[in-house]
Amino acid sequence: MTRIFACHTGIGPIVSGEALVAADNFSARYDLDRIKGVFSRPQHLLFGQSYKDKILVLNTAKGGVATDWMLHEMVARGVAPKALILNSANTILAQGAAMANMTLVDRFLDGDITKLIKTGQMITVNPQAGNIQIVSS
Amino acid sequence: MRLTDEEEAMLAGDMGPHVQWAIDHQIKIGTFFDAADMVPVSQAHMMADPESFGDAGAAFMEDIASGKSKVVIPMITDPRGVDLSYYRPLGQTEEMASLERRFITACETIGIMMTNTCINYQTVMPPVFGDHVAYGDTGVVIYSNSVCGARSNFEGGPSALAAGLTGRTPRYGLHLEQNRTATRRYRVTTQPKELTDWGVLGAVIGRKAGSYWEVPVIAGLDHAPTSDEIKHFGAAMASYGSTPLFHIVGITPEAPTIEAVGGTGLLEEKITAAEIAALRDSFAGHGDQLDVVVLAAPQLSLVEMREAASHCAGRHVKKPLIVCTSPQVYGDATRMGFVGTIEDAGGTVLQGTCFYNQYAREIGEANGWVNLLSNSAKIVNILGGYGYRPALASMQDCIEAAIEGKMA
Repeated sequence: MTRIFACHTGIGPIVSGEALVAADNFSARYDLDRIKGVFSRPQHLLFGQSYKDKILVLNTAKGGVATDWMLHEMVARGVAPKALILNSANTILAQGAAMANMTLVDRFLDGDITKLIKTGQMITVNPQAGNIQIVSS
Repeated sequence: MRLTDEEEAMLAGDMGPHVQWAIDHQIKIGTFFDAADMVPVSQAHMMADPESFGDAGAAFMEDIASGKSKVVIPMITDPRGVDLSYYRPLGQTEEMASLERRFITACETIGIMMTNTCINYQTVMPPVFGDHVAYGDTGVVIYSNSVCGARSNFEGGPSALAAGLTGRTPRYGLHLEQNRTATRRYRVTTQPKELTDWGVLGAVIGRKAGSYWEVPVIAGLDHAPTSDEIKHFGAAMASYGSTPLFHIVGITPEAPTIEAVGGTGLLEEKITAAEIAALRDSFAGHGDQLDVVVLAAPQLSLVEMREAASHCAGRHVKKPLIVCTSPQVYGDATRMGFVGTIEDAGGTVLQGTCFYNQYAREIGEANGWVNLLSNSAKIVNILGGYGYRPALASMQDCIEAAIEGKMA
């Protein structure tokens, strides 16, 4: 059975991929080893895990402004997540997604998106329509 | 979004492809945040260090500089990632320096002023109350919003650049009055005494608020902080909470009273001594191990440089002591002897950079730095992800530790 969760209209192209989910926040500067493509902050719930080509499902942004440039740089090197799905983006994540042409959506009607999607599920993100669809568990 | 005729012309490409990119970028963001229109801004401030922008960012800026477009408002820059007068001793490479040089050349070509500072509100041109600006660096934004009463969102480097090229930014977030009212109410029960106390207090509040869209209002402080104290307070709050605005009742300009910021009906939460202690304990260090001491984030003001020099006078460090300040302060601090005093003690003063955006991982690995001590609640929050074990202490205790060669 497919499930669709409605959200605010987002940024970037329609993408499909495997979800990597945590009830944690996100900063490219604070949390990532962008050369290795893994979460490097020991306190992060995804510590040690690869984010390359994953659809990251997290709570909100934290920290500074560097993520704007960093998403662009990560996409250019091909070591980047496919999309960001958040309960609430901040301005920097939106700006970074626009700069990198990375898919970003947030503001879901059905509640905490980190509880509605599980790691490993295949999902499709449609930012123009404002929804995500779980296509397989 | 509702566009003016001039903005429609930008979007049509009448003012060149780079202005067209800029307004298109801004429309995407404005649409995402339901902005009704654009708002003119008086200044832009761009964060851009080579670790962040990489080869792709340098090429992007060079493409912008290859055209005819120039920035149309005063536009300045955040700290660089490479101090071009002092990078090999840090273990930075020619490749890193080359990226920095390429980026600087492109910025200068389009009229950006290379101020290289995150304390522009103390040194260059502070914004005024009600001033709409497009600032990068979270510490700059939170100080400008909260202490000066200016209006800015966090603007990442490319977005600040877009604002510089168009002279405007989408009217969303903190450009709207309704988003500046308080949403969380706190009461301080332990009075901060020095810079690190202020940073820790800001960190605790930022972590509790926890979102860009929360606006803390704070009561219970028995005295007005200095500019440096509220600088550390705000920088830490922005780092731990992604918080761009706070109010302090009776101190910051939008909060003469709790009523003025709409905080009357909010449940008041106490900031307890236990919460302060817990945050400090998480940065207590690992025994007496110490590899490097860093005073930065934000860059030191002239007053902080004087204090650092006073702790260094006539002494000598056993462990590296790195002090980051702005080019503006550096000149005065040199003239007044503060830089010389720190260097005579064996310390290193970097200008126009900030430690955490100087390829922190690579310079840590090159120098064997793991156990890092700082008085900045902000920088210890950042550097855990870069492979450091950061610890926190007052400026005096940091310098004492560098002199003793170990944690106190």
